Amino acid sequence: MSQRQVLQVFEQYQRARTHFVQAVAELSARPQNIGTLRDAGVISLLRPLLLDVVPTIQQTAALALGRLAYFNDDLAEAVVKEDILPQLVCSLSEQNRFYKKAAAFVLRAVGKHSPQLAQAIVECGALEALVICLEDFDPGVKEGAAWALGYIARHNSELSQAVVDAGAVPLLVLCIQEPEIALKRIAASTLSDISKHSPELAQTVVDAGAIAYLAQMILNPDAKLKCQVLSALSQIAKHSVDLAELVVEAEIFPVVLTCMKDSDEYVKKNGATLIREIAKHSPELSQFIVNAGGVAAVIDCIGSCKGTVRLPGIMMLGYVAAHSENLSMAVIVSKGIPPLCTCLLEEHEDHIKAAAAWALGQIGRHTPEHARAVAETNVLGTLLSMYMDIRSSEDLQLKAKRALKNILQKCTYLPALEPLLHDAPPNIMKHIVGQFSKVLPHDSKARRLFVTSGGLKKVQEIKAEPGSLLQEYINTINNCYPEEVVRYYSPGYSEMLLERVENYQPVL
Amino acid sequence: MAALVRLETRLSRLREEYFLKNRSVDEDRKIVYKAAVKIQSWFRGCRVRAYLRYLNKMAISIQKWWRGYQSRRYFRKMIKTAYFIMKMNFYNEMAVRIQKRWRGYYVRKYTHNYYALKKYLEAISLNNEIVRNELQEYAEMNEKKKKKKDLEKKEKEKKYKARKMHYLLSTEQIAGIYNSPFRKFPDPMELLLRQSKPLSHRQQQPKSPFTYDLYDWPTCKRPPAFPTGEPLPPIGRQKPQGPFRDAAEVLRQRYKPLEPTLRVAASISSPLEKAREEMKREEWRKCIHDNEFLPFSSYHKNEKYELSIHASEKIGKETYGIKHFREVQPNKWIAGKV
Repeated sequence: MSQRQVLQVFEQYQRARTHFVQAVAELSARPQNIGTLRDAGVISLLRPLLLDVVPTIQQTAALALGRLAYFNDDLAEAVVKEDILPQLVCSLSEQNRFYKKAAAFVLRAVGKHSPQLAQAIVECGALEALVICLEDFDPGVKEGAAWALGYIARHNSELSQAVVDAGAVPLLVLCIQEPEIALKRIAASTLSDISKHSPELAQTVVDAGAIAYLAQMILNPDAKLKCQVLSALSQIAKHSVDLAELVVEAEIFPVVLTCMKDSDEYVKKNGATLIREIAKHSPELSQFIVNAGGVAAVIDCIGSCKGTVRLPGIMMLGYVAAHSENLSMAVIVSKGIPPLCTCLLEEHEDHIKAAAAWALGQIGRHTPEHARAVAETNVLGTLLSMYMDIRSSEDLQLKAKRALKNILQKCTYLPALEPLLHDAPPNIMKHIVGQFSKVLPHDSKARRLFVTSGGLKKVQEIKAEPGSLLQEYINTINNCYPEEVVRYYSPGYSEMLLERVENYQPVL
Repeated sequence: MAALVRLETRLSRLREEYFLKNRSVDEDRKIVYKAAVKIQSWFRGCRVRAYLRYLNKMAISIQKWWRGYQSRRYFRKMIKTAYFIMKMNFYNEMAVRIQKRWRGYYVRKYTHNYYALKKYLEAISLNNEIVRNELQEYAEMNEKKKKKKDLEKKEKEKKYKARKMHYLLSTEQIAGIYNSPFRKFPDPMELLLRQSKPLSHRQQQPKSPFTYDLYDWPTCKRPPAFPTGEPLPPIGRQKPQGPFRDAAEVLRQRYKPLEPTLRVAASISSPLEKAREEMKREEWRKCIHDNEFLPFSSYHKNEKYELSIHASEKIGKETYGIKHFREVQPNKWIAGKV
């Protein structure tokens, strides 16, 4: 046989292998084929092809494996069990960039499903190889490596620590400075996943100088990149006051406020989250945000969005108002209360309503002026109905009750308290009547109004145990009025008068 | 004798008379005795009662006097306490007035400036207005940009379509579909067709392998397109033509690690000098103060006695209590005027 015929056999075999691997890769792109492929034992077939002589077959086999593992965690476990990972890790350092990308894709696909699989990846020494990939010239390789590291670090803080120990963070910070948008996105998302677990990890990220670059990227017009950058900054800032101050020192204000006007909903949500994480630590930071006009931007954002996107903004207003009464007054002056009231009324989700109730409670609890500003919007009735509604969740009921209590203990604005007299349960009634008993002895116009609006009548109808606080309050109120008036409004007075008519002996 | 007879006759009656007399006397005596006893007892009773009354009166008088004395004492005490309470109330009132003034002053000076707070809140609302306006402008600008981009995209698409459908252009003989003879003037599409250059049939340049979209690559959003920009390499890879050295060799040479000579690797100063410097550094580090340790007598011999802070007096007389009573800290003031 001639040499050509011998070589032809080999060419046929190579063509067959190429065709098989390309077909498997195409089929694994569709999720419905994966069950069939798994039953056909595709992983054990692909494994030797990873070591094939022809680089294209290797790459395509790796790509196919990655797609299979991405959709299904059984297959990902099978990939780990068949000892494919060590081979991938070894070849990561040697092969060309297409193979590196495919291998990084496989590692990412395996690592995304559960912490145990990610731990298996770490144990076979993949982290060092991935970190070496991060230094590669090709941006696609860097992106694949960064993405894989991000998925590994996402699960828990030990895995994040392992990623950091492998020296990934400075390289990720270098990746952020690259011109390709996709690479920046992935690097920002990985930094966000690393720093979200604990303050030490966040500090490591900060020490690598990430904050300055992240802060510059807020101005980038790409919406997804902004999302990731804002998320990374908020994960850094959420751990402690010092980290939040570092983030603020990077001069993100007032640039962050432009994110609140972005057309993308998630950019608004992440921007509000970042401002919330900064504001919640200390009054000085909240003061700084208020001075920069952050409260106005957040309030406008709440007004323009619907649903869970509003939640971080609502919580931010609550945190700012909770620190001190001056800040709470600043929130009121910036017209913060009407959007919160509309939130309470319009939203369907209970946790958003609970957050709005909590925020209103924080605003109104400081002094009578604050309570008056909250009560004037007639939101106390809504809070009461939410507390009494049996369909509301326990969390919502609890927060509504606390907010009501806190506002009522300082509220001296009687026109808002009167409608509550009619439906309140006893534990809230005590506070309402207490407030009346504090205000009525000193204000004659209020007394008159109280009588004409039927409040005195309602108070007489309240049954309280003698000696309890409620009874004392009722007595104080009754002492503000002449006896005939109190008797006139006490229940059963008409019957009493009629009885007296019956028993009267006419004077002839 | 007659008397004797008379006596004898009387004798027989004598015993009776004697007995009767004795009896009557006896009875009288009983009555008289009882009367006398009664009189005496009543008289003694009178005396005793008079004595008791007297005692009573004396006792009353003593008690009266004593109670009066006690009440006057108590009354004096009550007056003293009432006076004391009145005084204390007055002092409290005055103290409240003083404290009221002082607290108002102190709060306004050092703690809380009401007018500053008012101005601050006004400034915040102003600032919020400005920020809202700026954000509004920013949002409008973004909207405009987006609209412009959309418009441009549409324009580009239209132009591309016109280039593709160039054959629909009308000629002298046949009016095209966009140039109906019944129309007054041709359709804008017709004008666009006239302006556009026809698309050539030449094959498009094969896309270079560096322009594939990284963004969509491995997550299968696009139909599978293998990233093989280069054609499959043949089985037997040939070396590149030309006087090139083997790639492995070149890389080995380029990344050869540094192997310095012993002279270069060793430091400039000899170990002896280094050890000397080390010793000096240690001494410098360990030396905490310059005073040598001396035993007590010789160390304290020539020392001058330094006054303690409490005993040392200021130059001149103490001014607190004479010139001023209040401590003022101007650097902690929050408002300017006093």
